[in-house]
Amino acid sequence: MDRPNKSGYHSVRTEHSHVISQIGGQYVKTSISNHLDTDPHRFESSPNGRPPALELEGIGVSLGGRPILHDVRFGVAPGEVTGLIGSNGAGKTTIFRVVLGLLAPTSGRVLVDGRPRPRRNRSVGYVPQKVSLDPDMPLRSRDLVALGLDGHRLGISFPSRRRRELVDEMLAAVDATRFAESRVGSLSGGEQQRVLIAHALIGRPKLLLLDEPLANLDIRSEQEVVALLARIAQEHDLAVLISAHDLNPLLPVVDRVVYVADGRVASGTTEEVVTTEVLSRLYGHHVDVIRLHGRILVAAGHGPDVDEALLAQLGRAAVTTDDCPAV
Amino acid sequence: MGGWWSHVVEPGFFSSEVVRTAVVAGGVVAAISGVVGVFTVLRGQSFAGHSLGDISATGGSGAFLLGINPLFGFVGMGLIAAGCMEALGVRRERGRDVATGIVLGAALGISALLLYFDTTVHNTTGAAVTVLFGSLFAITTSVVPVVIACSVGLLAVVLVLYRPLLLSSLSDDIAAARGIPVRLMAVLFVLTMAVAVALAATAVGAVLSTALLIGPSATALRITKRPGTAMLAAALIGVVTVWVGCLLAYDSFYWPPVRHGWPVSFFIVALVLVCYVAADLGRRWWNRRVSTRYTPVAP
Repeated sequence: MDRPNKSGYHSVRTEHSHVISQIGGQYVKTSISNHLDTDPHRFESSPNGRPPALELEGIGVSLGGRPILHDVRFGVAPGEVTGLIGSNGAGKTTIFRVVLGLLAPTSGRVLVDGRPRPRRNRSVGYVPQKVSLDPDMPLRSRDLVALGLDGHRLGISFPSRRRRELVDEMLAAVDATRFAESRVGSLSGGEQQRVLIAHALIGRPKLLLLDEPLANLDIRSEQEVVALLARIAQEHDLAVLISAHDLNPLLPVVDRVVYVADGRVASGTTEEVVTTEVLSRLYGHHVDVIRLHGRILVAAGHGPDVDEALLAQLGRAAVTTDDCPAV
Repeated sequence: MGGWWSHVVEPGFFSSEVVRTAVVAGGVVAAISGVVGVFTVLRGQSFAGHSLGDISATGGSGAFLLGINPLFGFVGMGLIAAGCMEALGVRRERGRDVATGIVLGAALGISALLLYFDTTVHNTTGAAVTVLFGSLFAITTSVVPVVIACSVGLLAVVLVLYRPLLLSSLSDDIAAARGIPVRLMAVLFVLTMAVAVALAATAVGAVLSTALLIGPSATALRITKRPGTAMLAAALIGVVTVWVGCLLAYDSFYWPPVRHGWPVSFFIVALVLVCYVAADLGRRWWNRRVSTRYTPVAP
């Protein structure tokens, strides 16, 4: 495979930050399974027998002649939480832009609810990574949620009993009733996430996309948001796709994982995908997957031929490997 | 109120044709500037608004040279500038800044040339001050219907685009994902802003037009929690500052230097500043008083 950073140096850096952010992960039972014969690009796309709410069929994207995504295929089932995991620049946001219809794929197609995605589709709820909510912005939580209902329509909205009830219901569903009347800009990161999730949910989408919802959250809000998303997926029978650079905070709730590296993906359950074999093949160089107290550490460049500079750079990860000789 | 009133309001204030024109045109312009200004601040386009003001000065000074009403120069040049800025301003924010800067420099250069011709060739010595710093009392009665028509048109545009514009101001990503044509929204808003700035430039001059566009809006944003309320408040603050400014300018005829009067634009801009500082201090005081982050929910 022709890769720009075959040495893995860049990847090592990202994986290193990965390793540092393990603290606070929760214990879950995982079994290490070997998939020596598994091709990471050819995983089954329709999980647990139900028709997927979202299906990507061999998506390829080239921007300015440069290939960004290669043959990306995976499915997201209703009622399930799927983690889209990869380091910065791996192609997660590009995948989102394709699913949202903001970027036309060079090849392949996107099916939402079994049908090709229409140009304007409101059955997809979206929480972007960065929404600049200035503390001075005159917008209460309830106003932002209401915009999720009819923000795309022309003209001004008039208050109605039904509208208010819908907004109240949605605010309650994400535990945001407490700060319904506060300016969104004055809320904490976790609280803003809740309001943005309510904004995305009020249109009753079949699929909810969240781009790095855990970035910039403290550990407690991180766990609260993750638990909320898992609950919403079940209660609303919603397909939830969450992108993240670290899988561990999502481990307690993800049903399936889509791992992205260099524009390629491997998808399946955590046990299937996050293994030394599959990820090494995906990255195109050796990657160690270490399971430790229910957390998963992914570290590149390990092995008998590891050089001293790399070890020094990895620091913490190297120590962890010594504690975990089974892998 | 009678005794106090007659001391503040000089006899003849309301019977003056010039004052009536100033009060009507200034009030309408201030109201629409407040409404458009709230969106300008929400979208973080205050600098673009200021640039449009500076650029429309080119149109105003050109209009003087051609002997037509500066209002038409302001509006025409503002629209052209807005179009150029959007055409050059690619989707990236940095690109928008560069476009604003380049067009701004070119326009002010031309403006300097035109103002030079205005003062030397045409002998209209007041042109520079009128174009750059304006005077409500210099507005001719004949343009008042045009000012009102433009303002009503802008209000209609803002009301029609209200929700998609608000959503795209919060996040272009969310808006685009919802199928809102964010690029079209951006173009329409810049054009709206160009006309609003041109109207404000007629009232307080090209350079000070931003004060009328942004000042009342920024003040309103300090004291309100909802976008609709903020627009009403900004419009109200704008109208009050312009009217009180007119009154003070009229009174200032008897202030030193006696029988010259102070420029009305000065009073308006000064009052805008006073309002902002008052609102800011008020907000801080309120925040300290409430001290918790969550304001109590109305029963």
